Amino acid sequence: MLSSTIGYYSLILGLCSSIIIFYFSIINYQDKILDTKILSFTFLQLFFVIISFLSLVLSFINSDFSNETVFNNSHTTKPLFYKISGTWGNHEGSLLLWQLVLTLFIFIFLLKSDNQSKQYRILTLLFQEIIIIGFFIFIIKTSNPFNYIYPIPKQGLGLNPILQDPALAIHPPILYVGYVGSSIIFSSVLAATILNIISREWASHIKKWVLVSWIFLSLGILFGSIWAYYELGWGGFWFWDPVENVSLMPWLALTALLHCIIVLEKKIVLTSWVVILSITTFTLSMCGTFLVRSGILNSVHSFANDPERGLYILIFLFSLIFLSIFIYFFFHKQNIKNNNNFFWLSKETSILINNWFMMYFLSVVLIGTIYPIFLEVISSQKISVGPPFYHKLIIPFLFPFLLAMAIGPNLKWVKSNMENKVNLILFFVLSIFVSGFVLKNLDQKFLINTVLLSSAFYLFFITIRDLFTKNFKNFSQNVAHFGFSLLILSILLNNFFSSEIIINLKVGESFENNKTKIIFNDIVQNKQKNYVSIIGNFTVENFDGKIDNLKPELRIYNQPNIITSEADIKTSFLSDKFMVMNSVQNQEYFNIRYQVKPFMIWIWISVVLICFGGLISFFKKKNEK
Amino acid sequence: MYGRKVKLRFFFVVLILTTLILSVFLILKSLEENVVYFQSPTEIKELTDIGKKKIRVGGMVKNNSVSINSKEISFVITDFKNEINVIYSGVVPNLFSEGKGVVAEGYLNDRNFFTASKILAKHDENYMPPEVKAALEEK
Repeated sequence: MLSSTIGYYSLILGLCSSIIIFYFSIINYQDKILDTKILSFTFLQLFFVIISFLSLVLSFINSDFSNETVFNNSHTTKPLFYKISGTWGNHEGSLLLWQLVLTLFIFIFLLKSDNQSKQYRILTLLFQEIIIIGFFIFIIKTSNPFNYIYPIPKQGLGLNPILQDPALAIHPPILYVGYVGSSIIFSSVLAATILNIISREWASHIKKWVLVSWIFLSLGILFGSIWAYYELGWGGFWFWDPVENVSLMPWLALTALLHCIIVLEKKIVLTSWVVILSITTFTLSMCGTFLVRSGILNSVHSFANDPERGLYILIFLFSLIFLSIFIYFFFHKQNIKNNNNFFWLSKETSILINNWFMMYFLSVVLIGTIYPIFLEVISSQKISVGPPFYHKLIIPFLFPFLLAMAIGPNLKWVKSNMENKVNLILFFVLSIFVSGFVLKNLDQKFLINTVLLSSAFYLFFITIRDLFTKNFKNFSQNVAHFGFSLLILSILLNNFFSSEIIINLKVGESFENNKTKIIFNDIVQNKQKNYVSIIGNFTVENFDGKIDNLKPELRIYNQPNIITSEADIKTSFLSDKFMVMNSVQNQEYFNIRYQVKPFMIWIWISVVLICFGGLISFFKKKNEK
Repeated sequence: MYGRKVKLRFFFVVLILTTLILSVFLILKSLEENVVYFQSPTEIKELTDIGKKKIRVGGMVKNNSVSINSKEISFVITDFKNEINVIYSGVVPNLFSEGKGVVAEGYLNDRNFFTASKILAKHDENYMPPEVKAALEEK
């Protein structure tokens, strides 16, 4: 009760301090030095949001059901860990978390940017405050996390059990750091455009922020993907579900932006790209929040269908886009002398090619995600766009993309020549042989698979070679590219060599084909704190004599009454053995899916490697200064 | 005479435009091929041509219609006006149950029989596919 009141009023105080910051910033704009009041108020703003957030967490821990958010999303029998993570497992709480990250980031930005010009800092702060104020009003008006209910209910409705999972407890905060990081980039780019200070120094300053949000966005997507793999029982790592696509789109834009910034650090080219990509990344992050939270994409993530919220975010988003486009067209000046020294065979060109590919992938994903919504609005026809659409449009372009990625980093800035490129070709021949060998026994679609696998192997070999021959000069890039090649390789091999058995079995029955024998031994029932678990006991005998014991689980939660299946996964370095079991209509038969997924763990490892590359780059610059 | 720079820039603009047009064309073309339409049992009954495209059928699982053997699951999808028989071998989502909403993806054998390749899993006890909701509201 008390904590809700404190939380609500600190939100309002937070809004007040934001407005005060906004006012002081405008007054202070012409002065020479930054008013210390601004810094204090930015701290105060952060402080109020932290208080507000903590009081919500406290309400969740104490199961204070006089609070509507807690009532809707918590339950006394829930373990403490999930009571806490339940704070951001819902619409209101997740927005409060978003706000917390926003205010924290602008505070860090002000602290860390004192070597930049004062006008630039003030302008960035101004733009950031527009976003912060917008979100304050949004939270207080449409999704206040501190609404009272009277009479006070005795028990809450509980958190959706599939969200009660460690990976999903940390997935939203990490993803949000990535999303919100893009807002700092957005504000900073607008400020730099107005002041016309897009320069090499600015690039190395903003690169930190780009790296931070890029790393967190990648990790956030990774956690979501791992969770979907073992919790949803779909048996894979990526499903082209709209909600996944929505997080992939800002990642693509951000990756392109990161590469542009790297070029910009060396010479002043591609400035329009930087501005447009920053605006795109931020818009897509906001769009992501809008599409997911408004319930337009009907999925696991949509907590409520509230048109008012959707409308507010939409209007807010459009005004920000118009503002940024206006600023871009009126203030952005191309540096005319730049275009001269562009030679076709250079690092810049290869990064430009990379950008075009990224933009292409981005538009494919965007159209596939948006088109069904669009069609339904204009013609009320209901359609869905499945994986074949994405595969067909993306896979053929991976081939040149991978090649460009292998060759690009070996080119020089400005101009490179064709000498010493013989070994590049040698490596290519080698990769064709290797992939031909790997695919020898596979009869389906041999040509396209060979081409794809060759280019993936090519990138793999080249990056390994670069790791050792370049004396760690460009270590971060090498690690990240190596991670990416590993990712593509694992995905391809995983696709080629996965096998699957889907059957319905009764207890005591067994199934046998020419490779595997599955024996359903028995089931065990246990009563846990907030669910009843049914564990199936299976023995899987492989033709090579290996015997595995797999124990997939069904959980019947009491509050809310939902059944979830917990897959049992035996992970090894070479392959994952995955089994999930479902009951059908309480009949004797259980629906069983058994999959062998090669190189599954390498998909996760490679994404971690990619992030690690980013991390090295983040710390490297710091040491040099 | 135009200078080299102007020519180069012209070349770039043409290149970018053709790439753009080409990729938009590609995307739209493959969108047309890979889109899956949603239909209710009533709409299927009214079809003049069954067609060979993949479709989605949505509705409620009819009570007492689910039967299961070691290979297949069969059930009836109803929108309370018309029904369609579905045969499915594959993974059944947790929330699949009689009297609940369901969306099945697959191919029509004829107007009464449907072979599903996928049953969609949506994880919410109150979840009803928006398509089903709309179909029920029309009733």
